[in-house]
Amino acid sequence: MAAKSQKITGALITKGIQFSGFSSILFVLLIMFFLFYQGIPALFDVPLGDLFSQRWYPIESLYGIVPLILGSLIVTLGASLIAVPFGVITAIYIAEIAPRWLAEIMKPLVELLAGLPSVVLGFLGILIVSPFLRDVLNLPTGLTAFTGSLLLGGIAIPTIVSISEDALKNVPVSYRQGSYALGVTQWQTIWSVTVPAARRGILTAIMLGLGRTIGETMTVMMVTGNAPVMPASFMALFMPIRTMTATIASEMGEVAGGSPHYHVLFFIGLILFLFTLAVNIVVSRISTQQLKRSERILS
Amino acid sequence: MTKIPASGNASPVLKQLIFQQIGFSVVTALAILTVLPIIAVLVYIIYLGAPAISWEFLTAMPQNGMRSGGIWPAIVGTFYLTLGTAIFSVPLGVASAIYLSEYAPENRLTRLIRLAIINLAGVPSVVYGLFGLGLFVIFLNFGTSILSASLTLSIMTLPVIISTTEEALRAVPQSFRVVSVSLGATKWQTIRRIVLPQSTAGILTGVVLGLERAAGETAPILFTGAAFFLPRLPNSPLDATMALPYHLFVISTQVPGMPIQIQYGTVLVLVAFVVLMNIIATILRSRARARRSW
Amino acid sequence: MTDKIIVENFSLTYSDGTESLFDVDIHIPGNKITALIGPAGGGKSTFLRIFNRLNDLADVREVRGNVLIDDVDILDPELDVIALRRKIGIVFSRPLPLPLTIYQNVSYGLEIAGERNKNKLNAGVEHALQMAELWEEVKGRLFDSAYSLSGGQQQRLCLARTLALEPEIILLDEPTSALDPVATAKIESSLSELKNQYTIIIAPHNTQQAGRIADYVAFFLQGRMIEFSSVENIFTRPVDERTQDYISGKFG
Repeated sequence: MAAKSQKITGALITKGIQFSGFSSILFVLLIMFFLFYQGIPALFDVPLGDLFSQRWYPIESLYGIVPLILGSLIVTLGASLIAVPFGVITAIYIAEIAPRWLAEIMKPLVELLAGLPSVVLGFLGILIVSPFLRDVLNLPTGLTAFTGSLLLGGIAIPTIVSISEDALKNVPVSYRQGSYALGVTQWQTIWSVTVPAARRGILTAIMLGLGRTIGETMTVMMVTGNAPVMPASFMALFMPIRTMTATIASEMGEVAGGSPHYHVLFFIGLILFLFTLAVNIVVSRISTQQLKRSERILS
Repeated sequence: MTKIPASGNASPVLKQLIFQQIGFSVVTALAILTVLPIIAVLVYIIYLGAPAISWEFLTAMPQNGMRSGGIWPAIVGTFYLTLGTAIFSVPLGVASAIYLSEYAPENRLTRLIRLAIINLAGVPSVVYGLFGLGLFVIFLNFGTSILSASLTLSIMTLPVIISTTEEALRAVPQSFRVVSVSLGATKWQTIRRIVLPQSTAGILTGVVLGLERAAGETAPILFTGAAFFLPRLPNSPLDATMALPYHLFVISTQVPGMPIQIQYGTVLVLVAFVVLMNIIATILRSRARARRSW
Repeated sequence: MTDKIIVENFSLTYSDGTESLFDVDIHIPGNKITALIGPAGGGKSTFLRIFNRLNDLADVREVRGNVLIDDVDILDPELDVIALRRKIGIVFSRPLPLPLTIYQNVSYGLEIAGERNKNKLNAGVEHALQMAELWEEVKGRLFDSAYSLSGGQQQRLCLARTLALEPEIILLDEPTSALDPVATAKIESSLSELKNQYTIIIAPHNTQQAGRIADYVAFFLQGRMIEFSSVENIFTRPVDERTQDYISGKFG
């Protein structure tokens, strides 16, 4: 009796676990479905030429998303210029150079940065970074693409640091020892042996970090000035812009469900989703780690 | 730290070492420049936020268009949202990780699941908001509510919980599983009696980190459950709610004439929460390592 | 003599092609100690793991042939594997206590099998520990971690853990390879006691161990069973030249 009910419970639990295992696929499909379902009508509501025009002014039914896409790209580019060097260097420092005690202090701090809510960074951006930049660079406003880049750099850094550090740590010690044995200094070893050996991991780190950046919403909404204008030149980095994410976040609350504006916002969401999907597929191609569970042990 | 080759001409070696010393200094400086602002920000927030913190600030309703009074409903709201997220994401995430670590065969489907998880981790938070709006708020008709927001946050949190839990499960030596099975245990008995107890601390670390992220999110709840201002506490899962991060967004950008004190106080509460969760996670992690007798 | 286990034309291939078995035929008598000898990688571990279907957990590509225990086909996919594993215990080459207390390690199998009665559990644990000659050493600290024991004690705990289930067959995969000579001697003396009640199949740590404790010996080479005979025959009058060479230490 007991054994039988135990067997049934076991079987039920197993089924539940299997279903849970597949749930991630289900959720990705659901997300895709709703983005397509609500986003594709935008292509019928708004002529394609208008959709890819240069004016975003929904009140007059102008839904050109080009300035928003460029806004996202410019902020992400700026962020990468900050986050990539600082992130990779910090990872190298923690993994290869720092004394143990210092690394043990730095790692939790970087993790803490990863945990800071993006509104907190946005808040600090409004109160500290943006007035500072305005005064130092003598700008009409401190709420610019560059301000966003600076803060988004902070958001990408923890991802870049922790994944790069793992990659560096995974380089076999024997590589380094081989290099030292040839009389090469630690400094040269880092750049000519360790970093090249970890390049896949570091590349993954950079891509994931930037993937996070382009999807980041609250911080950019708070500090980039919310101006959906075409970035005209390089100087646009120091002017207000508006990203795709910020547009969705600030306008979705006010639109009527089913309106063209509503569909266009979903369409923008779809673009963002497909972009990150592409990034992630590339990343998983780069870092195909084959984990073999059923290796025979105990021999 | 440095290995100096015993042989060779002294001057190139010396040159190399000087070069190395300069390189190390530059890298150290850049790394410290990266980390220092984090400390500075913490100190700054504590310094400016601490004077605002009082019993009343934490436990009173906002008054006067949120320009005075406390942040109680936002704290309660974030608590409800985090709890709701935990209810959905922890069982599903842990079960999913058990599947991947203990059951999943090495095949196409499993690779697809892994790709799906990586993707879920990469979906922008505001896109989760859109998805929650489409599925939970409108399609399932849960409305703008704690339920909708919690479900949205759950799916967003899932990848964090799955990947940390899977890692914790895999850290349990395979030999324990073989021994348990050899003594007549079923797979599930082995998981429940040996594998899960051995990985609890690791799983909890992942849960804490996942929930920390969920609690700090704003974009996914913007259109799924967050209220600008509520004069009362929510009294059912189908009510909208205030939440700390959204409240901070509101009072720092949407309300003119907001006393800076209240803003800093709110930031401090939010940051204190994050720091606390991080400390808990760190303690759990070191426990997980210390417990291992194997 | 009765054949407890009959293996006919048995072949097994792993997905990665290593340590496979080819056309093994063997009749293993009950209540005796049968030793499997031969160079490492010859298929002894794999062969042992057939009987409690532990190979099910590994990447096995193909299995052919018949394995009968008490005339029951244990390769039958419909077979209750759990019941089979309770009937056939295994001790591994390294001491592998579960991350539990000493008591729980021994009671684990019983509890898994559904035994809830505290008195029966206590009695079962004590009896098993006594048979493994460990009781006197641990009776005062049954609720300490199993890892507080020495290596030899841990291995005897693993033996006790198996005995608690009152199996019919005990498989031992180089059980003394991680132990010092004193601990090895204790295990060997336990085994000689146990063979009256159990059928024991052991992959010994070395050929000498087979000579000390075995009644029958099977020589495995590169996945094939070369020769099976009484211990005297194998050591004094081996039929196959390869057995002769192995016994005399020409390779190993």
